[in-house]
Amino acid sequence: MADLSNADRMRRATSAVMTTLTALCTLLAVGALLIILFYIAWQGIDSLNIQFLTDTPRPVGEGGGIGNAILGSLLLLLISSAIGLPLGICVGIYLSEIGSGRFAGAVRFIVDTLTGIPSIVTGVFVYAIIVLPMKNFSAIAGGVALALIMIPIVARTTEEMLKLVPHSMREGALALGAPQWRVTLGVVIPAAASGIATGAMLAIARVSGETAPLLFTAFGSRFYPNSLDEPIASLTVQIYNYAISPYDEWHAQAWAATLVLMTLVLGINIIVRILTRKRF
Amino acid sequence: MLVVALLMVGIVVAMVVALAIDSMLSIRQFGFGFLTGQRWDPIKGEFGALPFVYGTVASSAIALLISVPFSLGIAIFLVEQAPHYLSRPIGFLIELLAAIPSVVYGLWGIFVLAPFLRQYVEPPLAKWFGWLPFFRGTITGIGLLTGGIILAIMVTPIISAVVRDVLTAVPGSQREAALALGATKWEMIRVVLVNGAPGIAGAIILGLGRALGETMAVTMVIGNRPEISLSLFDPSYTIASAIANEFTEATGDLYLSALVELGLILFLVTFIVNGIARVLVWNVTRKTGGVGRAA
Repeated sequence: MADLSNADRMRRATSAVMTTLTALCTLLAVGALLIILFYIAWQGIDSLNIQFLTDTPRPVGEGGGIGNAILGSLLLLLISSAIGLPLGICVGIYLSEIGSGRFAGAVRFIVDTLTGIPSIVTGVFVYAIIVLPMKNFSAIAGGVALALIMIPIVARTTEEMLKLVPHSMREGALALGAPQWRVTLGVVIPAAASGIATGAMLAIARVSGETAPLLFTAFGSRFYPNSLDEPIASLTVQIYNYAISPYDEWHAQAWAATLVLMTLVLGINIIVRILTRKRF
Repeated sequence: MLVVALLMVGIVVAMVVALAIDSMLSIRQFGFGFLTGQRWDPIKGEFGALPFVYGTVASSAIALLISVPFSLGIAIFLVEQAPHYLSRPIGFLIELLAAIPSVVYGLWGIFVLAPFLRQYVEPPLAKWFGWLPFFRGTITGIGLLTGGIILAIMVTPIISAVVRDVLTAVPGSQREAALALGATKWEMIRVVLVNGAPGIAGAIILGLGRALGETMAVTMVIGNRPEISLSLFDPSYTIASAIANEFTEATGDLYLSALVELGLILFLVTFIVNGIARVLVWNVTRKTGGVGRAA
């Protein structure tokens, strides 16, 4: 060590400084996450009680809650899952098992690129094709908007999960005389089922936090939902409306609603992580 | 299954067609002047999108300036330095940052980040760098800078996740060769970065695509005023936030049509940006995919 030239000392010092810096970057990012999460928990916990979770919104000063927004969000997730999950899974199966060549490549490219389309644009699109012809905002429109966001996410995770299934299993089934569709349905999909399910859960977590595509499709409402062709409340839109309002009481409610939303979103993410820990 | 695959193509085509039809009125009225017009005055029926284009590009640029070094640092740390038992849980925590909904970032931005910047960050910036046109004007905490910083936090996990994949795909032999020639750890990392450069570029462009279209968080902290100002302290407005704010209030067909045209522009731009990014990332992770990483 004693014979190191100055240039070598510089090189080692640079290396030490830069590698420390990368650790600092990571520390800062993790710190930001923890600060955000703890702040939400700290601010949100005060207004959280049974009445808040079940009541409908009321004018400032009268309390009120987010019961209708929670139910609305769940309904929207139900509609979007009913549409988006089957379609997304089918696209994934097509990409992994059936399609090949240029067309499949093009579809994969489109699916990937769709993932990056801003969700607000999806909202405008659904406004144009559903809200305008129906002449009112509706839960259905909101559900379709969320489904459109779901499809590419589910499609890609499904494709990846199916590709993890070893080729020998497909070959074995084919060698026994099974037709292609039976190999796919009876062998490949069951083998990848839990992976597909976790992909679906992640997609649900992702859209449950979406606000922009709901602003002018589901719109929002102050009441419990009656039917699916009426405007419907959602947690995220409620948080947005309360956050930009000038009232402290509504700000407090926005934090409490955020705590509920974050519990749902992070809960799903952590469960998926625990379920898939062994496989990756 | 083929039908469903065709449906995906159909959705993209339908998006372009539907957005184009509904923005026809505005396209006919303003032509290319829509993109260069500086005034957005719904009452007088003047619709020029330049302030939104400027706000979108400027806030995304700030976001990338801050986020790229951080994202690279995080990815390098996780792939090249951290031991296995650390890199997985920390990687997961950073992925969680990407799972936080946009509206939650917005809420946090309004009540935590904006007051913090107003008190502790913007005054010193104005004091020391006030001779630059970027750091002048009234300090409110709400404006282009805050929007850019919130965006930076939001795109960092996305960029770093993709860079992680890219670095992992660089063959271990590259690292071994560098180390065998007597390179220090950092010199070895630079070799790896050069190897993954196209993929890293792709990751950054992917982050750009996300930043350009991000809506709620930006809308809540950027101030929403359609003016072009060099100062980062001044309120600004992005394409996405204009749509979010004004769509349900748009009175008159021309107003609505102009907003849909904004949506069409955003769609086309993000589609192209994402397409480029995907091609770059695919090329790197495919060619070398499956090759083990240095232990």
